[in-house]
This record gives sequence, structure tokens and C-alpha cells, in this order.
Amino acid sequence: MMTHPRVVAAWNWLEARIGISELVAMGRHKQVPLHKHSVWYYMGGMTLFLFGVQVATGILLLLYYRPSSSEAFESVQFLMTRVPFGWLIRSIHSWSANLLVFVLFLHMFSAFFLKAYRKPRELTWLTGVALMALMMTFGFSGYLLPWNTLAFFATQVGTEVAGRLPVVGEFALRLLRGGDQVTGGTLTRFYGIHVAILPAITTVILGAHLLLVQRHGMSVPPSVEADVAKAGKPLRSYPFLPSFLLRDAIGWCAAVGVLAGLAALSPWELGEKADPFASAPAGIRPEWYFGWMFQSLKMLPAHILGFEGEVLGILAISAAGLVWFVVPFLDREPKPGNKVSTAFVIGGWLAIVYMAVATAMVYWPERG
Amino acid sequence: MQTRRSLLNWFLGTSAGAMCASVLYPVLRYLVPPDIPEAQTSRTVACREGELKANEGKIFAFGGRAALVIRGEDGEYKALSATCTHLNCTVQYRSDVKQIWCACHNGFYDVNGRNVSGPPPRPLDAYRVNVVNGEVVVSKS
Repeated sequence: MMTHPRVVAAWNWLEARIGISELVAMGRHKQVPLHKHSVWYYMGGMTLFLFGVQVATGILLLLYYRPSSSEAFESVQFLMTRVPFGWLIRSIHSWSANLLVFVLFLHMFSAFFLKAYRKPRELTWLTGVALMALMMTFGFSGYLLPWNTLAFFATQVGTEVAGRLPVVGEFALRLLRGGDQVTGGTLTRFYGIHVAILPAITTVILGAHLLLVQRHGMSVPPSVEADVAKAGKPLRSYPFLPSFLLRDAIGWCAAVGVLAGLAALSPWELGEKADPFASAPAGIRPEWYFGWMFQSLKMLPAHILGFEGEVLGILAISAAGLVWFVVPFLDREPKPGNKVSTAFVIGGWLAIVYMAVATAMVYWPERG
Repeated sequence: MQTRRSLLNWFLGTSAGAMCASVLYPVLRYLVPPDIPEAQTSRTVACREGELKANEGKIFAFGGRAALVIRGEDGEYKALSATCTHLNCTVQYRSDVKQIWCACHNGFYDVNGRNVSGPPPRPLDAYRVNVVNGEVVVSKS
């Protein structure tokens, strides 16, 4: 195909202006290490791909969505029932958001357990954790936009949690809600956050994250490094272009298939229009990735040592988040056999088990 | 060897093409909004009798579009489409020149809706007017 004179001419035209061959040469030169944990290297690319799906479907949804409490629900209803393939675009957006968070968690935990945050990749970790926080905020803000009952009460509870923070709580609550209550003003605010503020911040941080990954290359886990040193043979690797990228692309094609299948077999529900003066129906719960926090706050007693249980819970979750963020500066010698480093690995597993159990409890049918 | 490679390339190319088509087709269909039939209104109340003085006009909604009712100097009512036949701007009645004027490109129509100067290519559509029980009722003839 590349030998067709027109293709060659077009290639040469672009080559003279942007130097594609240099980029291709860089991609061919870049090596991806090949070892028993290499499969985790695909999670970053998959997260990025799903983010691309979110951007594309999100832009399409903007063409029909109307961000006001009197029209939001109706516009989504119109989109789901009247617009050709509207149900597909919205369902893919919702399913892809969930898959994105799931794959992002795999990516983050694999980076954690394989100690990818150690020198010189501390900033890659920090930008990665910031991206996780951003993606969860995307999820939280996007959840309200269809203005249905479930979203309305989930937002009321979620923003109330922020309001319970000591000192800054009241300010944060009013800032998030655009007033004292969740109203149409909150919807407009969440819309602005979801489609303008978060994308702007994400573009900068994602750019930095990718630049850092490009600069440092893939991290080789300490255990693999030790094996290589013992064997005395160099670590096997293969070029990013085309070998790694083509494998990545196979995963992306599979992701499109999974998304299309999920959207077709289980289109995202719209529910009922939010009524701010109605009682919260039974079974109100947030998206699954907030489930463990929701359940933790639910399990705490009203008062612990004279303090409000919920306030302590929120502070504990915030503290855990902070520790997670600064892990590269706490786990200073991440080598096999180092006690502190091993403690972090155990802590990571405990966190996963706790989050999994607490999330399962959210979906466990309540007795009574 | 060459044949096997070309066959593989053919499979790869057609698969990639099919994948692109299966993504692009729904997107293109999605971009075109569905047809929403307009509410078919053939009769509406433009204003109350006496609301307009002689040599005055008023824009009112007729179905999903704007229409214009004018009370002439003789006290007779006339109703016309308010959509300029040039480029769809909404026209207005000017008492000073006793003509219908489109501000967008300075087009003029007379009180019967005939295009008299400027770019409008056709007259405005005229509607039937009846005064019923103190209401000025406009209907499509």
C-alpha cells in the first residue's frame, strides 16, 4: 500500500512538514520490557483508550443534552427514545465510565504492587493519583446530569459528606451545590464542572503523566530486576512500535466489543425524574466505586469518643487518601526483603480486601 | 508466502474497515436529529378586539411560527406570515411608512403582504381573519 505513488507523495508532503519518520523512529526505538508482569503495562493504554471513548461520546451527548432542571431529564429521555442510536451513545458513555474506573484501579494497584512509583517516577505516581481523583469526580458530577431520582439523592448525600468536613465543610457544600440545597443551580454547576473544568484540568495532568511515562519508560519491578541480576542475562524487551501498540490495539478492539455488547444487552437506565420534594426511595446508593466509602460511613456509630462518627470517618478516609498519594515518599527503599516496603504491600492488599468487602456489603440485600 | 500475506492483509483491512463503519454509522445517524412533526395549528387567537389601534401591528405565535396581525387605518384586520421570504427573518409593521419592514436586509412589503422593495422575492403568506366574540381569530385558508 505504501508503494502507491499517491500515498508516497502524501507521506513525503507530511514528512517535509512534520517529520513523521522521526516520530516513527522514536516509537521503534522505544523498548517495552518483557517479563512475567508485562501484562499490567496494557492497563494504562486501556485507561487512556476508554478516556478517549468518554471524550468522543461525551461530545456527542452534548448535542442533545440541556443542562437545566426543567429540561435535563426530558432531553435525556428524548435522546434515549427518539434520537437514532441515542440509547447506544449514552449507554456506551455510562458503561465506559464504569469500565474506565475499573481499569484505572487495576492500573493504579498494579503500579503500586510492582513499585512503579520508586525513583525517578514519583511524579508519575502523583499525577496518576490526581487523575484517579479527577476520574472519580467526573463520575460523581456526571451522575447527576440526567436529573433522575437516584442521581438527585446520591448527589445530596455526596455533597453532604463534603459539608461535614471540619472548618471548610460549609463553604465546600455551598460551593458544590451552588446554594444550600441541591437544586437546578447544582445541576448547571455540575454540568460546567463535568464538561469544562474537569476536562481542562485533566488535559494538563494527563499530558504531564504521559510525558513522564515517555521520559522514564516502563518501570521494571524490583523482583524482576533481582531475577535478571541473578541470571546475569539482559532483560528481554520488544519495540513499542509496532509490537506493543498492536497488542494494545487488540485490547482496544476487544473493549469496543465489550462496550457494544453491554450497551446492547443492558442499556443504561434513565429512572424517574428527580423531585426535590419527594422522599428518598429505598435502595439509594452511589456508583459502585464510591461504595466502600458510603458503606464505611454507614457502619460507623453516631459518636466515637465524643466526636461525631461520620466526621471521624470522613477524616480517616481523607487521611488514607493522603497516605496513598504520598506513598513514593514513605516507601523509600522499595526492594525485595525491605520490611517497610513489605508492609506497604501488605497494606495494599488489606486495602483491596477492605474495599471489596465494603463494596459487596452495599449490594448485599439488607435484612429486615 | 506472498499469497498468505496478502490474504491476511485483506482480512485485516476489511476487519478494520468493518470496525470503522460500525462505529461511524451510528455516529452519523445520531448526528442527524429525528423529525419532530410540528403541531398543526390551523386556527388561533391573534389578539382581543380593540387591543390594536388603527395603523398598528402585532406579532403572535401561529403554530410554531411567527405571524403578524395588522389593523389598517380603516379598522380592518389583516393577518400574514411574519417570516420574510428573503432569509427567514421576522418582519414588523411600521406605522410611520404604513408598510411591513424586514430589518435584516431592509425589505418592504405593503399591508397586503406584497413585496414592494428590497430583496424579498415573494409576497408574505396571507391568513384569513374573523372577529368572533370580541377576539381576532386567524385561520389558514
